[in-house]
Amino acid sequence: MQEILTVSEITGQIKKSLETDFERVSVIGEISNFKSHFSGHWYFTLKDAGSQISCTMWKGFNSTVYFSPQDGMKIYVNGKISVYPPRGTYQIDVRSMKPAGEGELQAAFEKLKRKLSDEGLFDVQFKKEIPRFPQKIGIVTAGDSAAFRDLMSVASRRYPLVKIILGSSKVQGEGAAKEIARRINELNRVKGIDLIIISRGGGSLEDLWAFNEEIVARSIFNSKVPIISGVGHEVDYTIADFVSDLRAPTPTAAMELATPNKEDILQFISEKINSCGDSIADKFQNYREEIESFAKSYGYRIPENIVREKSQQLDNLMYKVTNSITAILNAKSNKLKIAEAVVKGHDHKKILGKGFTMISQNGKFISRSSEFSRKIDFTIRFKDKDVKVGKDDKKESK
Amino acid sequence: MTKKRVNSQNSFEDDLKRLQNISEALEGDDISLEESVKLFEEGINLSKNCYTKLNEAELKIEELKKQIQSDINYDEDIED
Repeated sequence: MQEILTVSEITGQIKKSLETDFERVSVIGEISNFKSHFSGHWYFTLKDAGSQISCTMWKGFNSTVYFSPQDGMKIYVNGKISVYPPRGTYQIDVRSMKPAGEGELQAAFEKLKRKLSDEGLFDVQFKKEIPRFPQKIGIVTAGDSAAFRDLMSVASRRYPLVKIILGSSKVQGEGAAKEIARRINELNRVKGIDLIIISRGGGSLEDLWAFNEEIVARSIFNSKVPIISGVGHEVDYTIADFVSDLRAPTPTAAMELATPNKEDILQFISEKINSCGDSIADKFQNYREEIESFAKSYGYRIPENIVREKSQQLDNLMYKVTNSITAILNAKSNKLKIAEAVVKGHDHKKILGKGFTMISQNGKFISRSSEFSRKIDFTIRFKDKDVKVGKDDKKESK
Repeated sequence: MTKKRVNSQNSFEDDLKRLQNISEALEGDDISLEESVKLFEEGINLSKNCYTKLNEAELKIEELKKQIQSDINYDEDIED
C-alpha cells in the first residue's frame, strides 16, 4: 500500500526535488505584470506563447540591473527554482537579468520616448534659454573620465572666466541613472549655477543606457537651470537629449555650445575700441573744420591766434586720445618706465649729486641773478645738507 | 527662469554690453565733445579690463561635495 503523506510532507519533498534539480536555470521570456515593491523587491511573470512562470528578484540582486525592466521586454534571467510552501507555488528566484538583445532596449527606448513625448516633456515651449556668458557651469559626468577632461580643455581654451562645479557621477551600470538624477538636483541648489552639462563619452547602447532612464529624464525636465546634454557620439540619441534644453552631439561640442569663444570676444573688444577711436577722430575732424570755416566766414573775422589756440586745444585732446589708443593696442608698453625716468631726471637731488648747488633767499629758490640780493641772508643747498650764509655767520661764508 | 545677479560688481557680460553702448553712443551726433572724450576714456578702461580679465583668467574647478558643505542652500532633502 502506498504511503500516505501530509500536505506539508509532499510539499517538502517537491521543494527538495525541484530546488535540487533546478538549482541553476537560465530562462528566456517576456516580462509581464512587473511590480517593484516598496521594499525594493521585484515581482513579475515571465511568459511565452504557451506558459508562464512567476519570478522574484530580491533587492540585493536587482540593484545590479542597469536598466528598468518593463512589461513586454524580452529578457534572459539566471537563477534557481524555489518553492513557497504556504501557497504551494514555485517561482524563479532571479539572480541576474539582461535584455534578450539590443532590440529589447531599443523597444524600451521607443516606448519611453513615446510616453514622455505624449506628456510634453520634449516640447519646445519648455526649452530654457542657454546663457551667452555663463558664470558657473555645473557638470554631471564621471570625474575621472576622458569626457570630463575634454570638457575642461574646451572650457579653458574658450572661456576660462567660467567656474566649473563638478557633480561627479557614475555614468553607466547599475545605479548610474539614479546618481545622475541626484547630481542634477543637487547642482540646481548650488548658488549662481546658470548652466548644467550632462555628459559621457561614446559607448554601446547598454553603456549609454542610464541616459535613457525615466528618472534622468524627469530630473532634467524639473531642472530650473538650463541643461545641455552631450552624450556619446554624433549618432547616439538618448532620451536625455530630447528632454534637455539643448542637445550637443559630443561632450566637446557641449562645452563649445555652452561657452563664448575667447578669440571672438577679444576681437569684439578690439573692433569696438577701434570704432570708438574712429568715431572720436571723426568728431575732432568735424570740429576742426567747423572752427576753420567760422574763421574764414565773412561774419567772423576771428583773429588768427584764437583759431590757432582752439586748434591747439583740439590737438591736445586728440593727442590724449591717440595715446589712449596706443596704450590699449600696446598693453605692455614701457611708457610708464619712460615717464618715470623723465621724472627722475628732473629730480633736483640727482642734480645736486653732480656737484650743483641751489641757493634760496626768504624760503624761495633763486633761479635768476636779478632775483638775488647781496644784502640779505641766503642758504646754499648741497646734496647732503643746507648751509646758511649771512652777517651772523661770517665763518662759513668765507 | 529668474535672472539674478549674485555679485554686486559688474559681470563680464555687462562690461561687454557697456562697451557696445559706448561705441554706439560715440557714433551718434547728439553728443558733446567733452562727453565723447569721457565716454572714450571709459571705453578704453573697460576694454583694458576685459582684455586682462579674459587673458589672465584660469579655469576654476570645484567639486560638488565641497559646494554642498559650503554655499549650497539646502531647503529640501535630497532623496537617496
